[in-house]
Amino acid sequence: MKISDSAIERLRAAAESPDLDGTRYRMVGKLGQGGMSVVYRVEDSVLDRQVAMKIANVPDGDSDLAARLLREAKIIAQLEHPGIVPVHDVGTLSDGRVYYTMKLVQGERLDEYAIRMSTLPERLRLLQRICDAVGFAHAHRVLHRDLKPQNVMVGPFGEVLVMDWGLSKIVHEAERAAIPVSTLPQNAQTPVDTTAHGAVLGTPGYMAPEQERGEVAAISERTDIFSLGAILQFLVRGLPESSSHVARPRVLAAIAQKATAESPSARYQSVADLSADLAAYLDGLPVQAYPEGRLGALRRWAARNRVWLLLVLAYLVMRTILILWRRP
Amino acid sequence: MNKVILGLVLGGILGAFDGMTAWFTPAVRNQLLGIVIGSTVKGIIAGVCIGYFARKVRSLPLGILFGLGIGLILAFAVAAMPNPSGQHYYFEIMLPGAIVGMIVGYATQRFGLAPQPATQNVRGALPR
Repeated sequence: MKISDSAIERLRAAAESPDLDGTRYRMVGKLGQGGMSVVYRVEDSVLDRQVAMKIANVPDGDSDLAARLLREAKIIAQLEHPGIVPVHDVGTLSDGRVYYTMKLVQGERLDEYAIRMSTLPERLRLLQRICDAVGFAHAHRVLHRDLKPQNVMVGPFGEVLVMDWGLSKIVHEAERAAIPVSTLPQNAQTPVDTTAHGAVLGTPGYMAPEQERGEVAAISERTDIFSLGAILQFLVRGLPESSSHVARPRVLAAIAQKATAESPSARYQSVADLSADLAAYLDGLPVQAYPEGRLGALRRWAARNRVWLLLVLAYLVMRTILILWRRP
Repeated sequence: MNKVILGLVLGGILGAFDGMTAWFTPAVRNQLLGIVIGSTVKGIIAGVCIGYFARKVRSLPLGILFGLGIGLILAFAVAAMPNPSGQHYYFEIMLPGAIVGMIVGYATQRFGLAPQPATQNVRGALPR
C-alpha cells in the first residue's frame, strides 16, 4: 500500500504536535518554529478565543531550557504596555515541556508592512511607537537584544507590537557569563528567527558591534538603541521612489549615525533621547544629533514658517506697491 | 494665551501698523489718528472673530481662508465710507486688510492655546 506525501506530512505533523490534554487549550495549527521553541495557534476553551502558545522545543524536560522559557514569560509579563505582546498564562504539558500563551497577533511584520508606508513621517511615527515600547522595557530594566523589522508586528488597526523577547535580558542581572555569538552565514537582509539554546543569535546589520563581539558585559540600553538606529536606516532606505524626497536629509542621516555609532558612549544614551530627536525632526526643530550654526537655524526657521513668511512678505510688497502707486 | 486673545492682540497690533502706513499717503496724512484708531478697531474685531473660529475649527487652510474672508468684509465696510473729499480707497484698504486677516488666521491656527477637553473619570478595572 502506498501512502501519499501529504498523508505522510499530516502524520508527521500529528506526531510532532504537542499533547495539550490536561490544559485548557486545543490545537489549531503551527505558527512558527525557532531553535529553542515552537509557536502554535491554539484555542482557549475557557475564554473561547485563539491565542499563541510557545512551547519549549525539547520534550525531555530540559531544566535549563524550561527555566529560560519561564524567565522569558516572566520578563514579558512584567512589561504591560500596548506595544508589547502580553503573556496570558504559563504551564507545563503532560510530557514535561514548559509553555506560555500570549496574545495572538494578527498583522504584518514591519518589513512587509513598510512596503505600503509611502511617506517618511508615517514611517518615523511608527518607529517612535517602537521606541515607546522599547523605552518602557528599558525603564523596567529589560533589554530586547534582538530588535529588527521582522520582530515588529503591525496590527490591522495600526497597533505596533514588539515581538520575540526570547533574547531579552534584565540589565545588571547576576548572570554575566559570556555567551558565545554564533557566526551566521546569512546576509544582512536575512532574518534569523532561530535562537539556539546557549547561543545568542541575531540579524547581522541590526546587532550592535559589542553584541557581535560577544561582549556581554558591554551590552546595555545602547545595544537596543543601535538596533533602533538600524531599523531607522531600513525605513529610510526602503522609501518608494515616488516619495524618496527627504526633508533635511543630513539631519536624518545624523540621527541614524548617532544611534548606530560604533562606540556605545557615542550613541543616544536613552531611547527617549532618540525618540525626542525623531519628534524634533518631524516638527522641524533642532535635533541633538546635528548641531547647527546660526545660518542653519535661520534656514530651518524659514522652512518651518514658510506660510507665515510668505504672508508677511505679500503684505509688505502689496503695501509698498500701493504707497508708490498713490504717490503724487 | 488662548486663541481669541491672540487674535485680539495680533489683530490690534497689525491693524494699528496697517493704519500707520497711511502716513505715506499725503492726501490722508491729516486724518492719520482717525485712520489708525479705525484700523486698530477693525483689526481687533477681525482678530476676535478669527480667534473664535480657530477655537472651533482646527484647520490651517480653513483658518487662513476665514481670515481672508473676515479681513475682506471688514475692510470693505471701512473702504465703503468715503473720505471728506468723497474719494474711496478700496484697493488700499481691502487688499492689505485681507492679507492681515490671513496672517491672523494663520497665527491663530498655529499658535495659541485651544480649550482643553474635560477630563473623564477612568473606572475600567476599578472595583466598585
